[in-house]
Amino acid sequence: MRFTIIPCLLLLSSLGFTGCKKDTTITSNELVPMTVEFDNIVGGQNLFLNTVTYKNKMGEDYTISRLQYFISNISLVKTDGTEYIVPADSSYFLIREAEPETRFARFRVPVGDYQSLKFIVGVDSLRSTMDVSRRTGVLDPTGGMEDGMYWSWNSGYIFFKMEGDSPSAPADPSGNHKFRFHIGGFGGYSAPGINNIRNVNLDLRASGLVQARTGRKSNIHLMADIAKVMDGSTTVRLAENASVMFGDYSSKIADNCSQVFFHDHTEN
Amino acid sequence: MTSAVLFLLLSCSKEILQRFPGFQAPADFPATAYHFDTNPVTQEGFELGRKLFYDPHLSRNNSISCGSCHIQSSAFTQHGHDLSHGVDDRLGKRNSPPIMNLAWMPLFLWDGGVFDLDLQPVVPITSHEEMDESVGNVIKKLQGIPAYPELFRKAFGSEEITTANMMKALSQFMVMCVSDQSKYDSVRRNQATFTPEEQAGYSFFRQSCTGCHKEPLLTDFSFRNNGIRAGLNGDRGRSGITLNPDDDFRFKVPSLRNVAYTAPYMHDGRFITLDAVLDHYAAKVQEAPTLDPLLRSGTTLGIPMTDVQKTQVIAFLKTLSDPQFIKNPILAEQ
Repeated sequence: MRFTIIPCLLLLSSLGFTGCKKDTTITSNELVPMTVEFDNIVGGQNLFLNTVTYKNKMGEDYTISRLQYFISNISLVKTDGTEYIVPADSSYFLIREAEPETRFARFRVPVGDYQSLKFIVGVDSLRSTMDVSRRTGVLDPTGGMEDGMYWSWNSGYIFFKMEGDSPSAPADPSGNHKFRFHIGGFGGYSAPGINNIRNVNLDLRASGLVQARTGRKSNIHLMADIAKVMDGSTTVRLAENASVMFGDYSSKIADNCSQVFFHDHTEN
Repeated sequence: MTSAVLFLLLSCSKEILQRFPGFQAPADFPATAYHFDTNPVTQEGFELGRKLFYDPHLSRNNSISCGSCHIQSSAFTQHGHDLSHGVDDRLGKRNSPPIMNLAWMPLFLWDGGVFDLDLQPVVPITSHEEMDESVGNVIKKLQGIPAYPELFRKAFGSEEITTANMMKALSQFMVMCVSDQSKYDSVRRNQATFTPEEQAGYSFFRQSCTGCHKEPLLTDFSFRNNGIRAGLNGDRGRSGITLNPDDDFRFKVPSLRNVAYTAPYMHDGRFITLDAVLDHYAAKVQEAPTLDPLLRSGTTLGIPMTDVQKTQVIAFLKTLSDPQFIKNPILAEQ
């Protein structure tokens, strides 16, 4: 009997609310779809894999053959200052340049006006150490060597992976002049280690508040200027740092990676 | 009446014998480290894990299984191989460690890079020098083998083979590989006595070795530099994981259980015999900035010991052999 009474009470009380306050109380709790679009560019141009040669600040030419990164722990701050945190199980996205449909992070938020967007580049330490059954989809910790975003030998996700060719990069054992940035490190499990998790906080006011409304789907269109991975707060010279993986220098590239994002516009 | 009771008892004990024992921690072992709360061992899960452990489909060209480098008769190591060889006979850079008492082990691999047993099989499956496969492809292969979907359904309630369920089945098999039936255990349990030679070796061992090889698991699971000097490949061990120079050339202290079965020794298998290991500790320990303090006493390095003491220690180490473990039929390929 209990199970039938409670819904009835809820129905009655909601009828009561709609009666006196119109529908504001109900709609403010309604979740509506929203997307954040990660539009990868280089300088002022669209990013093209393999075909276009770019030049970094050190004057080194490079092409990009692979670019993929984790975005997670998304939250949005309303104009009244309250913050909505996207539920953890729906807040991990792997953006892959080679698969255009992955450029959208899709989730739901309560209706309202939002003035800032926060997220993590990478995967937080809690999720990085969670039971394997809780790590499905893009978090499946078994990706292959090529495309994978996980280090099996040092349990942890690769947060940001960028590879390409550059005549400035020293020849690797197979004779190719490749650069490889595999940036990860959640702080260490059994001993303190490098922490390359980076927070990004973007003010949306200048380029367009988000107006999440019933029956609409807002898209926050971000640009990710991948040139800054080399030309950020640290200027990377490929001749010296063509292979950056699990080492101290990776933290400098992690800083650069967190500086690539800016808000271009909002489609409400 | 008596015979009826006897018959009942017999039928009961037969039932008990046939019943799957589940994971049973020896009463005199410390608390386990494995998360049994998220992966309780069941007969179906264990048997599936055992089948996976011995299945060469886990490797790229279906040529080797986990059991190829972790052989039960060698306490689940690859006896006679300093470095294990994987597909196409590629050589790894480290010696394959035993699958033994892993429920108590907090960190895996010689450098402790893996912190969850459920994540450990990803390493050999994907490693170029080992099985050179992808877990995704293994799952595809398994899904196409008629027996597996049903076995996964029995173990985990779904025919869909997932990374998590595959790893959990393998963990269930691996944690069941418990070795606690050596003569050393019998002596601890007052069910046997050491010979005078073994007893002398044990006394020496307790004085000089248990600082790292802590009883009763015979390891404290720490990472230490035991002064064997870097290998030619410059393997820095633990510091590759922590990036802390203080961890340079430190490797996990291995358990000494079944040590007589697991030659060769050290992370790179450089010592072929126990004599060579003791010769190292007795007189060949090399100075190094991260040399373990327990191997330094004033200007003396290592653990000085006479030839007689070496013989005694080896006699003791042989009491750590657990013949039941290496012959236990439930751990063998079926």
